Amino acid sequence: METYVFDGSLEGLLTAIFEFYERKPKSIALVSKQHFEPLLLTEVFEVVSDEPKARRVWEGMRKKIGSDWLLRFYKAFLSEQPVMFQQLFVFACYIFDNPKGAEQNFGHPAVIAVTQMERSVSRERHRMKAFIRFQETIDGIFYAPVEPDYNVLPLIGTFFKNRYADQRWMIYDLKRKYGLYYDLQSVTEIVLEQLPETKSAAYLKKDLLHDKEQLYGLLWQDYFKSTNIPARKNMKLHIRHVPKRYWKYLTEKLPDPDAYF
Amino acid sequence: MSERIREKLHILADAAKYDVSCSSSGSNRKNTNKGLGDANGSGICHTYTEDGRCVSLLKILLTNHCIFDCAFCVSRKSNDIKRAAFTVDEVVELTMGFYRRNYIEGLFLSSGIFKNADYTMERLVRIAKKLRLENKFNGYIHLKTIPGASQELLTEAGLYADRMSINLEMPTESGLKLLAPEKSHDDVKMPLGFIKDSIIALKDERKIIKHVPKFVPAGQSTQMVVGATPETDMEIMYSANEYYKNYDLKRVYYSGYIPISYDDRMPIIGTQPPLLRENRLYQTDWLMRFYGFDVHELLNTKNPHLDVDIDPKLSWALRNMDQFPIDVNTADYRMILRVPGIGVGSAKKIVMARKFGRLRSDQLQKIGIAYNRAKHFIRCADSIFQRNEPEPMHVKGLILSESNSKYLKVPQNQLSLF
Repeated sequence: METYVFDGSLEGLLTAIFEFYERKPKSIALVSKQHFEPLLLTEVFEVVSDEPKARRVWEGMRKKIGSDWLLRFYKAFLSEQPVMFQQLFVFACYIFDNPKGAEQNFGHPAVIAVTQMERSVSRERHRMKAFIRFQETIDGIFYAPVEPDYNVLPLIGTFFKNRYADQRWMIYDLKRKYGLYYDLQSVTEIVLEQLPETKSAAYLKKDLLHDKEQLYGLLWQDYFKSTNIPARKNMKLHIRHVPKRYWKYLTEKLPDPDAYF
Repeated sequence: MSERIREKLHILADAAKYDVSCSSSGSNRKNTNKGLGDANGSGICHTYTEDGRCVSLLKILLTNHCIFDCAFCVSRKSNDIKRAAFTVDEVVELTMGFYRRNYIEGLFLSSGIFKNADYTMERLVRIAKKLRLENKFNGYIHLKTIPGASQELLTEAGLYADRMSINLEMPTESGLKLLAPEKSHDDVKMPLGFIKDSIIALKDERKIIKHVPKFVPAGQSTQMVVGATPETDMEIMYSANEYYKNYDLKRVYYSGYIPISYDDRMPIIGTQPPLLRENRLYQTDWLMRFYGFDVHELLNTKNPHLDVDIDPKLSWALRNMDQFPIDVNTADYRMILRVPGIGVGSAKKIVMARKFGRLRSDQLQKIGIAYNRAKHFIRCADSIFQRNEPEPMHVKGLILSESNSKYLKVPQNQLSLF
């Protein structure tokens, strides 16, 4: 078995699929450079990302499975999970080697794997839509730091653009060190040389914040408490819906309001 | 200034929290004017309270002053509590400020009745109008319909709101009369019917004229309190079914009564709210709306109460063992949906996947069905031939021994009669 090593990009993954059909080895293992550990006896083929090749595979898949499924494929890719790369490869081959409609075979392991991962990524995307909390800065930019489990920023740009069309905003993925910035016209990807100064993990220093920010933070915390019904308390359910790893950035879950403002 | 607004928010959010609806879905209001917000598409729960309920909207009363004295309501006239009222601008500012920070999907605005119905409704409409027209707010707005408000005001409200709702309060007329003699279900039916007819009329108009204004695009909902009065589950769900059918409601909410009064007509303060019963009612509601069940199959004079220890779908299946087992490789989608342990998503996947070959149990498990529950009701490619008809009580025992319901630890305040 040959091991195909690609650069971790979608283009690279698609190129690998192209090369597989071009070179026709019996079977391959697909690994990204980042996760590749060379062993003595593995035969290695280095995939060189190539746009035209990638595009041909992409369009070929579109013809077979349509845009909806193509988006699912892309979402599963954004999981960045090493095992997923191999599954996506198997899925693509299964699609190409069978007549149209094969993606609906939920009895097939690769179809199931892609579907499950796509759901997982979608869930994380949905959580970002819900749990992102903006802080208004003195220069009027609404800033939100995030650390999503998967690389979901490419999936939420349009959503926030439609929603906050009249305010400038920035969502920054601290884990992957890039962000989205909306300047009232369009959303662009940005990389900050230096992150803004923070007081706690999530909160900007007071002199960077707009005057009203503190009051809104407090009002939201108050509201969160007032709207709770203590007689129905159910912390297990609460934590299932709002997992603890997200609390760090949730205004309503910060312990002491004075500590961060 | 900031202390006063904090106090008001505390009082008026606290008074509004017994209204359980927090849905922000079902609308189609897009941000086309480069304003703030977009209420197009699925709803979002921005956080959950410690009782596990979704927080999607800023849910407040405009005021908790009220001329009525309904026994089940914290804001009743005779209750000795702090009163407050927001100004129109305060509500608008709070909504905009919260929305900009992505705390909420929009506003849920209700109110105690001060002076009279029209006076109150007019204030609610004024806030919605200001948000839409002056602040270009396209987020979700849920307005309460005030019983007795004029049709002109309801029509205007419908132009700015995404959803409107009016609460039945008690599942039956007699229950309502017991606790709120001044109120009647007819006060609810009239506006529900009027808004429903207006929605239909505008839909028809839209077929002819392109630019017809939006009118309550996310439809109407209602709520009834459960456990304050002695209705059976059957009475409750028959009532819900009637309102779903007659008024085209998007949702009926069931709110387990939380004792807030020493009134001896109702459960005393400190009594546990009937959370499990509430959950079973919602399960029944879902079976009616998404699983093709008729309410009479689930509840009838033979079975006027939902089982406490098992969910209504399993309960129905055990009462109808003659219809099982079904072969998932050949059965109708309709029947697959009725198998305990198989949901809508899995049922659809099964129907698609079986075109590629007969499904085995390992595939069914991967598809995501609750196999340990479903296995008693289905056959698949690798099922072993079974000679004996399964005995319902035996199956129930097997399923119960394997599952540990989250509710078994919750103290029960509903005793069974037998």
